[in-house]
Amino acid sequence: MNSWIPFFPEQASTFAWQVDGLYFYLVAITVFFTVLVVGAIVWFFIRYREREKYIHPSEIEGSTVLEVTWSIIPFIIVMTIFVGGGVIYYNLYRMPSEAMEIYVVGKQWMWKFQHPTGQREINELHIPVGTKVKLTMTTEDVLHDLSFPAFRTKSDVVPGRYTALWFEATKPGKYRIYCAEYCGMNHSGMGGWVYVMEQRDFDNWLSGNVSGQTPAEAGKDLFENKLACASCHAADGSGGRGPALVGLFGKPVRLAGGQTVNADEAYIRESILNPQGQIVEGYQPIMPTFKGQVTEDQLVSLIAYIKSIAGQTGAPNKLNTTPATAPQPDASRNFDTDGKAVEPMGGRSNP
Amino acid sequence: MREEAIVNRDIDLMPRKHYLNNGSTVASWLLTKDHKRIAILYLISVSAFFLLGGIYASLIRLELLTPQSDLMEAHLYNRVFTHHGIIMVFFFLIPAIPAILGNFLIPIMIGAKDLAFPRINLLSWYIYIVGGAFTLYALLAGGVDTGWTFYTPYSTTFSNTYVMAAGIGIFINGFSSILTGLNFLVTVHTMRAPGMTWFRLPLFVWSHYATSLVMVLGTPVIAITILLLALERFGRVGIFDPALGGDPILFQHLFWFYSHPAVYIMILPGFGVISELIANFSRKKIFGYAFVAFSSIAIAVFGFLVWGHHMFASGQSIYAGLVFSFLTMVIAVPSAIKVFNWTATLYQGSISYDTPMLYALFFMGLFLIGGLTGLFLGAMGLDIHLTDTYFVVAHFHYVMVGGQVLAYLGGLHYWFPKMFGRMYSEFWSKISAMIVFIGFNLTFFPQFILGYLGMPRRYAAYPEEMQVLNIFSSAGASILAIGLVLPAIYLTYALFFGKIAGDNPWVLPGLEWRTSSPPPTENFVRTPIVTWEAYEFGEESGLYEEGERRRRLEAPERV
Repeated sequence: MNSWIPFFPEQASTFAWQVDGLYFYLVAITVFFTVLVVGAIVWFFIRYREREKYIHPSEIEGSTVLEVTWSIIPFIIVMTIFVGGGVIYYNLYRMPSEAMEIYVVGKQWMWKFQHPTGQREINELHIPVGTKVKLTMTTEDVLHDLSFPAFRTKSDVVPGRYTALWFEATKPGKYRIYCAEYCGMNHSGMGGWVYVMEQRDFDNWLSGNVSGQTPAEAGKDLFENKLACASCHAADGSGGRGPALVGLFGKPVRLAGGQTVNADEAYIRESILNPQGQIVEGYQPIMPTFKGQVTEDQLVSLIAYIKSIAGQTGAPNKLNTTPATAPQPDASRNFDTDGKAVEPMGGRSNP
Repeated sequence: MREEAIVNRDIDLMPRKHYLNNGSTVASWLLTKDHKRIAILYLISVSAFFLLGGIYASLIRLELLTPQSDLMEAHLYNRVFTHHGIIMVFFFLIPAIPAILGNFLIPIMIGAKDLAFPRINLLSWYIYIVGGAFTLYALLAGGVDTGWTFYTPYSTTFSNTYVMAAGIGIFINGFSSILTGLNFLVTVHTMRAPGMTWFRLPLFVWSHYATSLVMVLGTPVIAITILLLALERFGRVGIFDPALGGDPILFQHLFWFYSHPAVYIMILPGFGVISELIANFSRKKIFGYAFVAFSSIAIAVFGFLVWGHHMFASGQSIYAGLVFSFLTMVIAVPSAIKVFNWTATLYQGSISYDTPMLYALFFMGLFLIGGLTGLFLGAMGLDIHLTDTYFVVAHFHYVMVGGQVLAYLGGLHYWFPKMFGRMYSEFWSKISAMIVFIGFNLTFFPQFILGYLGMPRRYAAYPEEMQVLNIFSSAGASILAIGLVLPAIYLTYALFFGKIAGDNPWVLPGLEWRTSSPPPTENFVRTPIVTWEAYEFGEESGLYEEGERRRRLEAPERV
């Protein structure tokens, strides 16, 4: 952004070159066809300008060969664009199996970020360079959209559900973030900065900030004390009147009525807010709704806790090996030597 | 010489009796069943809304001169862009060409005395006025701040502005669209003059036929959507707000199921105007008549199947996204066919540079860029970066303003002598067309760059590094405003003091040029019998002698 008039945002993620590549391809197509057609029009305007008024020039009715040609060629070109766009979209929305997971809650008019290590930020996000970062997002009120132009990605943030996006920053620096979906009065003030840091600087930043409880610890606290989930699901989540939650996350669940659903974020959320909607096979519909009693932040913490006990003993099956949903019990709060974030706290919070 | 001068004066005489002087009381206008008078009523009311929408546009560009929100607080700015969108989309772009030019010309072009349902036609105008009044009330009472898209749950639960008053205005106005569309469909099917077969119809009629299909089939969906919105806002019935058990994405599906086809309601009539201008001012048949005609129908049909491309970033399923992206790419083909056929029509023509043709020329350049940048947004991976930014704003203004507004102005200049019997200043009309073209590009081209930089839409304040491009855009807007105010002045002047145009100032073959200017109330003294194809300049047309005579008359001037 040094030039007087900026033309391109910084390229600061692994997506940037893909999106810019497709962009330049389309710019080339646009320039080519504009020059071709406008050139032809201007040439015809000059060459075939009226020499004498009210005459009838020679007539050409049309040509099927030409019509077919200029239908098929554009069709082939737009199909290449379609494929290019589809491939990039797939890369954007296929979540990495291993990533540093940050929870995001939008509200009028701020972004709240929570790191897996417990640090909370508002309108600022610090992340390490060269690390895959996954954002799991929801909102307390209206639609928002978290936009990272330097990373060439964004996603709507929708009340009542979780959306996700991911990126891997490639260049340390300070880049703008915006809310891109109109959200009311101070919509244009709902932005901030993402700070991409070298791993060492990021570690310093982490240790220099009060971390408080991690999301999983906060969730455990809610589970055992404040919301008293433990009275039915047992203190260690091993189940009682309610189904066992240990080893649940990411696994299929059989519901009363024979249907099977996957125990993902949406399922956990729905089971807390609207428990009568999906009753697990073999259990009574006795759970009260927690709608109105639990905030979006708390829901995120509860989900983090349930995720953290997903890989523990008592898991109904061992098929799930994705680290994002099955953290290592001995994971420390730090990052390993590859600079890859690892899911923290799973074991320690639940010995 | 003397004899010729007399003849010259003779053909320049205004007809003694025509639709404009057939009754001058207020009642003769407000209770008229004449499609031409109703078109004039629309012309006045639609122009008023265009002016209002334009004032809001100027306020937007004024505010965006500086990065801070200093001219207006954010809450005011949000109302201003919402009002701009609602007025321009629902009360200008949708009715402009169909309700004014279509209303005036479709019966004349097919050789009919009026539309199939003259009373319903008048009713359409009254519905438009009532809908407009509701919306104006909403704006004056305190305004609306949801954006013209009314996204939930903001519009149903959070906004404390006059959402439903504006919504009801749009709901009511929708019936005006539906009735106009229905009227056109029945008229084209049943009222064609003897010999006016489907494939002899001017392409203006074909494109209005396609537009009418979309109006009749699409508009009820926005009516339903607004009812559901009202049910949730007033009745607290959970439809869209997740806090009440609803789904906010459902609203987006319903909204765009209408509003994407509505984009084609806004541009298809423009295609019709451009087809007329290109063929007539090249003085030859349109290249590939059937392809141009059926591409309008194809666009109308495919237009219903691409709404999901507005929602690539909403978290909809990737498979749904792929299907919508594919169909979006497919719909580019019929648009390309039109542009190529227009270009080919110019080949070996006898092209005159009259003002309407100048607009057609500018239209093709701008629509080309508008259409091609649509491909950027249809490509899913690229759309994620571009959606909800100024790139989108630039794209749809290239299509809506560069396309539809230029086509409307071109059409207005083309048929103005027919509608009012007088000619405007050739000099001023050419100057203002060029001012519009320059101002438009300066306004909206920088917005493509701003969008790629990531500047989001609907921002009252923006980062400082983006100011230079925004200044270009605001400067362009002031030039564009001059280019749009000028026609209002010289056309109004021409209305009273313009040179008498004559029945067929350009010696063209269309049926509208075979009646007097302005036409009589019943359009034709005798029902015409059509024996020629559309845009027939050859022997069949009977234009040869008229051309000869006019050349002879005008010869002394040119020596």
